Amino acid sequence: MSSEKLQPDSGSAPVQTTEEIADLLSEHVIERDDHLNAPGFVVRPDEVVATLEKLRNEAGFDHLSNVTAQEYDDRYETIYHLKKYDDPTQEVSVVVPTTPDNPTSESANAVYRTADWHEREAYDLIGIEYEDHPDPRRILLPETWQGHPMSKDYNQEQPQVVSFAAHENPVAEDFHDEESDTMLLNIGPNHPATHGVLHLKTVLDGEQVADVDPDIGYLHRCEEQMAQQGTYRHQIMPYPDRWDYASSGLLNEWSYARAAEDLNDIEVPEYAQIIRTMGAELCRIASHLLALGTYALDVYGDFTAIFMYAMRDREKILNILEDLTGQRLMFNYFRLGGVVWDLPEPREEFFEKTRDLLNDIPESLEEYHDLVTGNEILQVRTIDTGVLDPETAKNYGVTGPVARGSGIDYDLRRDDPYGYYDELDWEVVTEDGCDNFSRLLVRMREVEESAKIISQCVDLLEDWPEDERNIQANVPRTLKPEEDAEIYRAVEGAKGELGIYIRSDGTDKPGRFKIRSPCFSNLQALPEMAEGGTVPDLIASLGSLDVIMGEVDR
Amino acid sequence: MSKNTPPNSPRATAGRSDTWEDRRSTGQDARFNSKLTEMFGSTPFILTKFNKFMNWVRGSSMFLFQFGIACCSIEMMHTFATKHDLDRFGSGVPRASPRQADLMVIPGTIVSKLGPRLKRLYDQMPEPKFVVSMGSCTISGGPFQEGYNVIKGAEQILPVDIHVPGCPPRPEALLYGIVKLQERIANGESTRVTVKPYELEQFSDLERDELVDSLADQIDQDDLVMRYDWTESQ
Repeated sequence: MSSEKLQPDSGSAPVQTTEEIADLLSEHVIERDDHLNAPGFVVRPDEVVATLEKLRNEAGFDHLSNVTAQEYDDRYETIYHLKKYDDPTQEVSVVVPTTPDNPTSESANAVYRTADWHEREAYDLIGIEYEDHPDPRRILLPETWQGHPMSKDYNQEQPQVVSFAAHENPVAEDFHDEESDTMLLNIGPNHPATHGVLHLKTVLDGEQVADVDPDIGYLHRCEEQMAQQGTYRHQIMPYPDRWDYASSGLLNEWSYARAAEDLNDIEVPEYAQIIRTMGAELCRIASHLLALGTYALDVYGDFTAIFMYAMRDREKILNILEDLTGQRLMFNYFRLGGVVWDLPEPREEFFEKTRDLLNDIPESLEEYHDLVTGNEILQVRTIDTGVLDPETAKNYGVTGPVARGSGIDYDLRRDDPYGYYDELDWEVVTEDGCDNFSRLLVRMREVEESAKIISQCVDLLEDWPEDERNIQANVPRTLKPEEDAEIYRAVEGAKGELGIYIRSDGTDKPGRFKIRSPCFSNLQALPEMAEGGTVPDLIASLGSLDVIMGEVDR
Repeated sequence: MSKNTPPNSPRATAGRSDTWEDRRSTGQDARFNSKLTEMFGSTPFILTKFNKFMNWVRGSSMFLFQFGIACCSIEMMHTFATKHDLDRFGSGVPRASPRQADLMVIPGTIVSKLGPRLKRLYDQMPEPKFVVSMGSCTISGGPFQEGYNVIKGAEQILPVDIHVPGCPPRPEALLYGIVKLQERIANGESTRVTVKPYELEQFSDLERDELVDSLADQIDQDDLVMRYDWTESQ
């Protein structure tokens, strides 16, 4: 059912059809298990590396977008969702089932570095083990955790003990390692520059960073479990707001809306799509402004001017979003099939406010450029620091402004169009510097592009005939997608590709709900950027990734 | 303090007493002169109880711990920043180190891994210290109440003075909560609203099954800072 999605787009490089991929993998594939978004090939657990290598090297699938692990009654399953950076509409899923008594399969780390963290998470939450994994530890839960909480036999009522020894903040007498002459430095979990509760175990050689090990899981709020307990129609939508909470709420809601709408064949009215597009871009501006303000905080230690200016501008956007959605931060505004209500009355006032905001943007951006990018101190701190070359970035599954700062021209709004984006006039911003400065610049230029999109949406909405303002499709009260339908859909969140995998089990709640968080993959690339640099460069690199821990840990 | 200031001294300008000159600083120090000094009249002293004075001082200048956990920290940043500007009330300059802070706002969900660290940060703050819990997650676990990894409220770990409900609370709500705390401190009413034990005493209150036994054996009681138990913390 999904093969038509793989039909070549006109003008793109040689494209593999599903049949060609099937031929290529013929010696490995034991079965077909097609998903709604992509053909799925079932392979044996000991042929993962061989299969993925072929797909990457011969079919050009260079983006391991997501790894989903789940447990069925009779088996464990790992799904590798592959895409191409050049054309993300070409997708393929590699399904690796393992037996319940020995859930071990080969690690994909050798082919895609990004599999490292994804597989650690799969081990942590589901309990699948990966052979030849370089670092088979828990990632989100404490080391002392008993059992795997998202496996079927996990008893939620069992007490868990989190001891201090297992979590010692190693403020030991001496961090000096005699043998290698290095020192361990803990940055976080409470540190003003870690943007939340992130812990970086840093090994220093002199002032040089020899090794960084990001330790995450301090905000693992069981978002996937929460989504699996909620019904499609209404109960899941409040949670996406809380993944990337830096005002990216509507962007996150869209990721769930897109996946669930495609799963249930819901068509969203055009008018609602325009409102969604406008709201989402407002969120993107707010999110990028926060990234800018806190970046200045990281690099200058400046809690005054730039941070306050960014917050001032954010307040304006939050006011508009509050008028639109009724909430400042946790909007809960999208519904499957549309949005919850129309623009606020009087509409003219809303349009005027939004236009005022857009009119102010060029001036305030100029101000930011004067204060931030034009500042020599910031340039010295950011240009040529935290370099992430495009090949490494792709290998780590990096997306969003971080990828575009490394010259990777990848933006799902254009490449895998949804909403109203393909009808509007805007550009994908890329910078070739691959350094911290480029990433900062990409965000600032994206604010301009978002403003362009919003302004077009406002024009469209203003002229929209009054009797055609259809904000919601007709959606049944209870949604029960076909049993075993599986879908993976992504949107361009503020931080990158935010994808949702849903497997239906025939009930009104998802059987498996997996979130592909852009920050999770972006953060994994931090050691590549920071090792060999100095500690201040590490802080600058971390800030330029703009990670939100709520989305990393979920 | 204003209650204890004798306001009934005649306005200095009306008829200057003989000691007026003595009360004025001259030369370089003239900048210290104020209307208030003049108002004090010939006896520039105030009479108050030491504790009352200390409470007033404490409540008027809180040092807030800069500590972001989750969604609420975004609204907390807005509370610090322009428009809402918490500093108007004397508690708006966040300190990056717990050792310099006396007010901790807990802005977000606490999960099992963060719990011990949060407790440690709290322990590092000098006494007297106060806690404002921000958002539903710190009251009960909020929307994540049923999560396997989520601690059902900050009071499982720390004593909390003021709860600010909301998901997330608006900056105005947090302002209100903090100002309310300052008021209470200034009035010497800082007794905690609810205090739950946050140190593990023993395992005896758990039903003893095999797992608990083996866990109890593994763990050094002195070293344990928290226990997270789903059934008990509903």
